[in-house]
Amino acid sequence: MKHTLINQMKLELESRSVNEGFARAAAAAFAAQLDPTVEELTDIKTAVSEAVTNCIVHAYPDTRGKITLWARVYDDGLLRILVKDSGCGIADIEKARQPLYSSLGEERAGLGFAVMESFMDTLKVRSQPGRGTSVTLEKRIKGRT
Amino acid sequence: MPVQLHYEKSRLTAYLSGEIDHHSAAGLRGEIDQALARLRPPILALDFGEVTFMDSSAVGLVMGRYKLLTAFGGGMEVVNLSPVAYRMMQLSGLQSLAKLRPKDEAKEKERAHA
Repeated sequence: MKHTLINQMKLELESRSVNEGFARAAAAAFAAQLDPTVEELTDIKTAVSEAVTNCIVHAYPDTRGKITLWARVYDDGLLRILVKDSGCGIADIEKARQPLYSSLGEERAGLGFAVMESFMDTLKVRSQPGRGTSVTLEKRIKGRT
Repeated sequence: MPVQLHYEKSRLTAYLSGEIDHHSAAGLRGEIDQALARLRPPILALDFGEVTFMDSSAVGLVMGRYKLLTAFGGGMEVVNLSPVAYRMMQLSGLQSLAKLRPKDEAKEKERAHA
């Protein structure tokens, strides 16, 4: 299906945990133009929070780096969000996407990708070890109408 | 205050509030763990009633506390979960480790006891 882009935004963040809340609030505020339900907004906030947290705890474990978030809305109600880092990358994406797998021990649930997948319509992960990771999330907003 | 702790009748209840993410989880963890070490309660109840947002960091918080509790034989309850919080806890299979109670059910129980 062909989508026509109606609006877009780009946000650049430093990989500090305090920015997790800012990133999800900004993404939700941008998505508001599609008139989403409260549940849809929660889904978006949760997925963005997971994606940005992954950048902070995994991509840049001992350094600070840049996280870029793009959000686009299309005429058919599609919301597409891209979260990209230039961090360490993921060697085994399939393993990383498995629910309950975490490379970081028991304080992390290992649910990041599982939550993104469950709360959005689609999740795409591209990564190159040493170069960075990009996560694309899509959700068709049905809205209140 | 992101967490209020209340100990009564061998039950430690942690009333969580606000947004729980990776950023805020560290502080919550510190406060709860201090009380756990001091009281070694037979039951820890994590109350999510005033939580306005959570991501999987909250599940990590629950799982981490569960590990600590089992070390001295304590049990765990996770109560007042919103539908989305309940869904996320279930994604992790936590229902096999702890009693999970959604918001309404807990409220009904409260009313029944009142």
